[in-house]
This record gives sequence, C-alpha cells and structure tokens, in this order.
Amino acid sequence: MPFIKKPRTLKPLGAVSIGTGERAVKIGGGNTLPLYFFDAKLSNPPAVGVELTDTAWDAAELPLLAKAYEGAATLAERVACAANMKGVDFVCLRLEGADPGGDNLSVEECVKLAQEAAAACTKPLCIAGCRSEEKDVELFKALAAALQGQNVLFLSAKEEDYKTIGAATVLAYGHKVAGESSVDINLAKQLNVLMTQLGIPKESIVMNLGGAAVGYGFEYVSSTMDRVKAAALEQDDAMLQMPVITQVATETWAVKESMASQADMPEWGDLEQRGIQMETVTAAACLASGSDAVILRHPVAVDKIAALVAALI
Amino acid sequence: MALKGLDIFKLTPKTNCKECNQPTCMAFAMKVASGAIALTDCPHMSAAALDKFASATEPPMKTIDIGAGECAYKLGGETVLLRHDKTLVNSNLYGICISADMPDAAIEAALTEMTKIDYERIGKRMYVECVYVKCNSDAVRSAEVAVKAVASGRVPVLDCADPDIAKSVLGAIKEAKPVLCGANAANWEAMNAVAKAADAVLGVSGADLNELHDTVEKLEAAGNKKLILDVGSVSIKDAFANAVEIRRAALKDGDRTFGYPSIVNLAALAPGDLVTQAALASIFTLRYGSIILMERIGYAEALPLFGLRQNIYTDPQKPMRVTPGLYPIGGANENSVCCLTVDFALSYFIVSGEIERSRVPVNLLIPDAGGYSVLTAWAAGKLSASSIAKFIQEFEIDTKIKNHTLILPGKVAVLKGDLEAKLPDWKIVVGPNEAIQLVKFLSTIN
Repeated sequence: MPFIKKPRTLKPLGAVSIGTGERAVKIGGGNTLPLYFFDAKLSNPPAVGVELTDTAWDAAELPLLAKAYEGAATLAERVACAANMKGVDFVCLRLEGADPGGDNLSVEECVKLAQEAAAACTKPLCIAGCRSEEKDVELFKALAAALQGQNVLFLSAKEEDYKTIGAATVLAYGHKVAGESSVDINLAKQLNVLMTQLGIPKESIVMNLGGAAVGYGFEYVSSTMDRVKAAALEQDDAMLQMPVITQVATETWAVKESMASQADMPEWGDLEQRGIQMETVTAAACLASGSDAVILRHPVAVDKIAALVAALI
Repeated sequence: MALKGLDIFKLTPKTNCKECNQPTCMAFAMKVASGAIALTDCPHMSAAALDKFASATEPPMKTIDIGAGECAYKLGGETVLLRHDKTLVNSNLYGICISADMPDAAIEAALTEMTKIDYERIGKRMYVECVYVKCNSDAVRSAEVAVKAVASGRVPVLDCADPDIAKSVLGAIKEAKPVLCGANAANWEAMNAVAKAADAVLGVSGADLNELHDTVEKLEAAGNKKLILDVGSVSIKDAFANAVEIRRAALKDGDRTFGYPSIVNLAALAPGDLVTQAALASIFTLRYGSIILMERIGYAEALPLFGLRQNIYTDPQKPMRVTPGLYPIGGANENSVCCLTVDFALSYFIVSGEIERSRVPVNLLIPDAGGYSVLTAWAAGKLSASSIAKFIQEFEIDTKIKNHTLILPGKVAVLKGDLEAKLPDWKIVVGPNEAIQLVKFLSTIN
C-alpha cells in the first residue's frame, strides 16, 4: 500500500512589509507550519537580516568577520558592506553607542548616524536601541521623525513603553514596530492586544518573542514559538498571527562558546568557527520553531542560513 | 490509540461472573480502560480478543534498541510531535561518517577527533554516539573498517546494500548490536535474512515515501519490526519533507507502518559543508531525526548541537537542575567574593555567564532550591535564610572561602536581615534584580 499524503491547507498569516519601493521586504505571511514548505505552495519564505552596531566589532579573533567589513571606515561604509553581504534581506542597525552606561551618545548624534546609515543602506532597515528603556524611547521618537517615509522597523517596544514608542513610530510616522515579550505566549498575545487597542494596525506589528542561544534554555524559546505558530495557524488566533523576528546574534555571541579565546580553551579550537556554528545552529533552530526573520551577525552564518532556506523551498 | 471502556466491554463474555474480582463486566472494562487492571485478569477472554487489544494498545511509534553494553540506546517511542504536548522521550543520536574507501590515516584522524569530544554538561556526559561505516565491494576491508568503528566504543551503523558483504561484515561485529542500513525495494528479502541472523536493526530506504511504505509493509509481514527509516538523500528539501511526513503519519494519522525512528545522512545532503550540515542537524534535532550523521563533529559543532539536544529533550514538566555546590568562576579563589543563586539550570547559566563577562573572580554558590527560579523558590520556601545557612554549613563554605562577602539576588533582598542573624560573621550584600546588571554591579563592588 502506498503512503497516503494528507492535504494540509492553512490560511496564510499576516505579513509586515519593511523598506520602500522595489527594495521592500515582506516578513511573515507563511501558510505552513515553520519550514513545512512541502505542505503548500509557499507564500513567503523567512527573511535573514544582518546586524551591525554604530561602534565597530571587536574582530581581533574573527578574521572572516573583519574581512567582510575590510576598508570600511565610517558607519555608512560599514552599512553598505552589510547590505551587500550574500544572503542579506535587511540590515539591523543597533545603536549601542547610545547606552548611558557606555559611550552615551546624544540623541542628536544618534540621529545623524542613523541618517548616514539609512542613506548608505540598499536594503530595508531595522533599528534596535541600546536596551536602556528611557534612552530608547527618546531615541526612537527622534529617529522616527528623522527617517520618515523610509518604513523602518523599530526593535522593540515593551509592555512598559509600547504607548510612547508605538505612537511615535507607527501612528505618527508610519514605521513598523516589534513588540518584545520575554519567551511567554500569554505575554506576547497581551502585548499584541494592547498595541492594536492603541490603534496600531496588525500589519505594522512584528513579534519579538525573546531568544536564547542553544543550550541556554532554548527549550523555552522553541516551545513558545511552537505554541504561537500552532495558535496562529491551527486555531486562527488573530492576536498571534503577526510575524516573529528573533535577534539570534545578540544571544549567541554573548555565550562563552562564542567568546572564550582559543588561548583560554585550547581544546575547543578556533574561536570564529565556534561562533559561526553557535549562531548557525541557533538560527536554524529558531527557523524550525517559527521565526519569520532572524537577525545574524557573521557573514558565513548569513550566507549559509539564507542558502539553507532557499534549499528547503 | 487506547480502546474506550465500551470497546473493551464488547470483548468481555458479558456474564458478570465476578471471577476477575469486579462486580460486573462493565466495571471490569472501565478499569481496564483506565489502566488500573490488566485485560488478562478476566479468565474468559478469548485469544482473538487479546490480540485485538494488543494491537489497539500498541504505541504509535516503536522503541528500537541499538548498541550493546555501555553504548546501548533507545530510539523512537515518541507519542507527541512537539515537546510541549507532553514530553519527548528518547533523544536523538549524533554520528560521524567513515568509509571503507578512506585511507587508514584519515579514518584514524576522524575517530581521534571524535573521541576528543567528551565533556560534562549539566550532569550529563556529552559525546558522539554513533559511527557510520560505508562499506565497499571489498568485504574484508569493509569488515576491517567496521571493527575500527566498534573499537572506538560507539554504535556502528553499517551502510551496505549487498547482502553477502553485509553478512560477512556483520559476522565480525555483531556483538556490538549494529544498525544495518541498505534494505530497499529490490533486496529487502535477502537483507532481512542477514539482519535477523545477526540480530541487527535494519535500515530501510526507498526512492520515495510510497516505495518506502511498501518495503516496510513487506518487512513487517516477514516478521521484522526492528527497523529504522532512511529519510533519503535526494535533496535537502526532500529529506526534510520525508522526515516530517513519516513522523506525522505515525503520530498524528495513526499510520503504524511509519512508526519507526529515522536516520538522516547529512554528509550526503551537504557534502564538504560543515556549517550547512550543522544547521541541518539543528533542524533535524527539532524535527524528527533519530540518528543524525555528519561528516565530522568537532567542538565547534558539538557545543551548540549537544546543548540544543539537551534543552529540547528536557521534560517540560520538570525543571533542569544543576548540582548544588561551590562553583569558582573567572579564576576565583578563597579571597574572592561569593554570589548566590538557585539550582535552576537556566538561572545558573545566565548568572554564571554574566559573571564570566564581568571578568571579576566570583565564587558562585548554588544551594538546593528545588530546581526553581529565584522568586519561585523563595515563594515555595525552598530558598530561605535557613536553607542558605544550612547550605553554607553543609558545604563548609565558611572554612573554604576566607572572603565572607555574600551577594544575594536582588529579588530576595527581604532575606538580608534573617541571613545576617543566621550568619553573623558574613557581610550580606544585596545584588541586582536581573543577571544582566551583574557586570556593572560587580565592577563597583571591588
């Protein structure tokens, strides 16, 4: 008896478009469980973003990463390098320099940097803050105005600040916003409800469900995404149908597997190779669990993950 | 798929004879359905009824034993597609590939690199479990390489589609209880005979899922239910689709023919590309690969993949725990400060990671807190001033560490007063609420 393949048709989910004109990229809009492209004709594959910060990477032990940005002296030049990397769908600029505990750049300085970056960027732009709540609110308000018309995705609004950030970015200037919750389906849904009640259209909201590097509690990330996708696709829960974006790089490059130098851990071998595999394995696991977009850092990881998504279609 | 009480009632003689110690046949049937008593407690049950019951209560996916002695593993036996539905039971295995065509030096190098990976992570030994041996047309050489694989102390997975060669290679290594891959629509009868004679698990492949389904049915009809299904190596897309379709058919649609573990050969799907192989290994760890084979596995691949597997195969109903004790971090010694958190693995990892990042040497103290997070443990009474004081005494922290500064998680700042009373010779400092603030906090404490 042959194998009987059951038809599995699901309704396509909502998509969020970032960037403008021909360069725009759609995130989300899938009509299958994550990566199950054999179930239905694909409506939209997952997107791959590359992140960089306004301060250059410490790439002393990462020659391949350094090579990707070789010769780029200014932020604009580095953004251009990032946008041209193989496999990149969008660029995420993280304004690390704004951190009050760090360089503490003024809002004006950050606006200037972001404008330079946006002018040099040939791909849709996503802007992440410095993870200081008060500073990010001020920053996003000013950036949303300065980058009007460029359809930027802002990472991220939380339950504490969604009103200010949502109003400043989406309602005032028509940008897109990611709602950040900490690896919990109920909190994610609640934030979506709150943001839509504020008048932010569903088509302008992306979910940042939180992340982890593999080995560091990744089961929570994976199971949360499994449940979100099941609710969105199989139970038609409109408040969980927004696309999912995951900041993989910020998690994986902060664990010891990607940070301990070869001198400290000789048996572990080359640091860059470890970092690449940590990032690639985590990104692949996120995509299999439900991320509609992943943000990576290393050019090799970006290239291989983009090629893998293409091979699965 | 369990039978309902009424279905079982129909199998009983319906005489209410009470010989099963139940008042009525109906009561008996209800108890059997709930699993409280066995069907065999009824002396009047016909053989046909027992058969029917056995097939109806058979699990949707078989559990297959491979390997022998210290390297014996169970594969399959899953009842749910996703871990949050209940839990995943038998974790997947990873393996590397060697071949009879490789020169001895290359085989030695591959096996040596593999055996170097042997470390502990949250109380579990991490190592590569399988070695895949691709045989060639030379039976003697193939057997020689297979013996090397067995000598490395891992489960050998043979790939050989020639029944005669397979027979002679298995003859050399059958004590290791290997897996024999290579049965297909053309050779299944002969391969079945070879595998059965050596008591080896048989790996089955097919040009597509239809052919695979047919071959498995034939093998089952021939009495072999110790099988592993090859998801194929036509393309990445095809292999992933097959892995999902096979598992979904077995667990969701009740297709028992596909209720077997799977084997995925990534060396064949992405030859020479270890980064893509690692990404695929990650996807197949989450989605239905049981034996996952890669060209090589070094630390760069092992660290993320073993971490992922350990995460995914934890029971969602039980928190992952680390062993209570004293963990010196960043070259800490008896003069370094002490930080305290709980034995919930996630808390431990996040806190220890932040301490490492701070580059301040710290003695991390992990008391037994029931495996809960800080606030939960405190609320459940598992983390209290007395439990901390007891821990300090039991582990002789007083004498081991001269620096009597104890940093308490900010979320249990309320314990400070009690703790000062219980540990009068310690200086209790309230730390930050979140681990992420530790770097800054530790930079100010010295």
